[in-house]
Amino acid sequence: MEEIITYLKQPLPWYIAGPLIGLFVPLFLIIGNKSFGISSTLRHFCSACIPIKKSYFSYNWKEEIWSFFFVGGIFIGGYLTTFIQPEEFNINLSSITVAKLKELGITNLEGLLPKEIFNWGNLFSIKGLLFFISGGFLIGFGTRYANGCTSGHSIMGLSLLNPASLIATIGFFIGGLISTHLFMAYLISL
Amino acid sequence: MKKSNTFVNISYLILGILFGIILIKSEVVSWFRIQEMFRFQSFHMYGIIGSAIFVGFISIQLLKKFDIKTLQGEKIIFKPKPLKWKSNLFGGILFGLGWAIVGACPGPLYALIGNGNSIILVVLLSAIFGTLFYGIVKEKIPH
Repeated sequence: MEEIITYLKQPLPWYIAGPLIGLFVPLFLIIGNKSFGISSTLRHFCSACIPIKKSYFSYNWKEEIWSFFFVGGIFIGGYLTTFIQPEEFNINLSSITVAKLKELGITNLEGLLPKEIFNWGNLFSIKGLLFFISGGFLIGFGTRYANGCTSGHSIMGLSLLNPASLIATIGFFIGGLISTHLFMAYLISL
Repeated sequence: MKKSNTFVNISYLILGILFGIILIKSEVVSWFRIQEMFRFQSFHMYGIIGSAIFVGFISIQLLKKFDIKTLQGEKIIFKPKPLKWKSNLFGGILFGLGWAIVGACPGPLYALIGNGNSIILVVLLSAIFGTLFYGIVKEKIPH
């Protein structure tokens, strides 16, 4: 039993995780004729919970309840993984990335997120405002403006060879490269 | 009708649980992995995204070739998102800016919260607010 737990605590290599994620495309279609995607739940949430008269939120969100089950499942899956993960994540990062992040001032590379940035103590600081509030806002605004996120466009859309999804994915990378190479050093230094 | 809805909802709940476990176990939810990806210093994330698209593409070809039906016996509908290059590109860039800062896209946000990173709840609420703001200004921005 202990051996099984130790085995389960290992990370999944890319060549297992990637194909498994890809299988969600046919599973979504076969189970309920749905296109794989996650960010539309943000819209359904607004439609269901926020009383606002805007055409973008005026539709029958009850037909999309399945998507709340899916993201609720992701949350539960995240919790269940705590039983089959190491005490502390020590991600096997490239040594160049480790050196670069240390140079930028991130000393603690344990865990899934840098603890120096992602903690409740930073909530009411400029750093917290930029990392949590503006970061989240850009994700929510951008994904709906682009009409999809990494799952809906980059996985589902590119699997369909859809030009709109290719443009959106190129956009995701342009934005990510700008944040990483132009803003990150400044954001961390705050 | 009611019965099949419950079946479908529970099925997507189970798919979500599996997806959450895969996201964490593959380290896709790691802020550090996203930094490594945008610095082109590891193949890990590219391998995951690339092989996921490959499997998704092959699966769709097979579903079409053998005219596979849904579990309810319906014809499968493939709905590619409409091409609106301005919104796809500008929205995509804004999303990417946030993706690299937070180190997570929408799916990983839920997984991270479930995994015990409660501060990500603030990010998720901001993302919902961002979506709300989009709904408000939608008619005033280029599409």
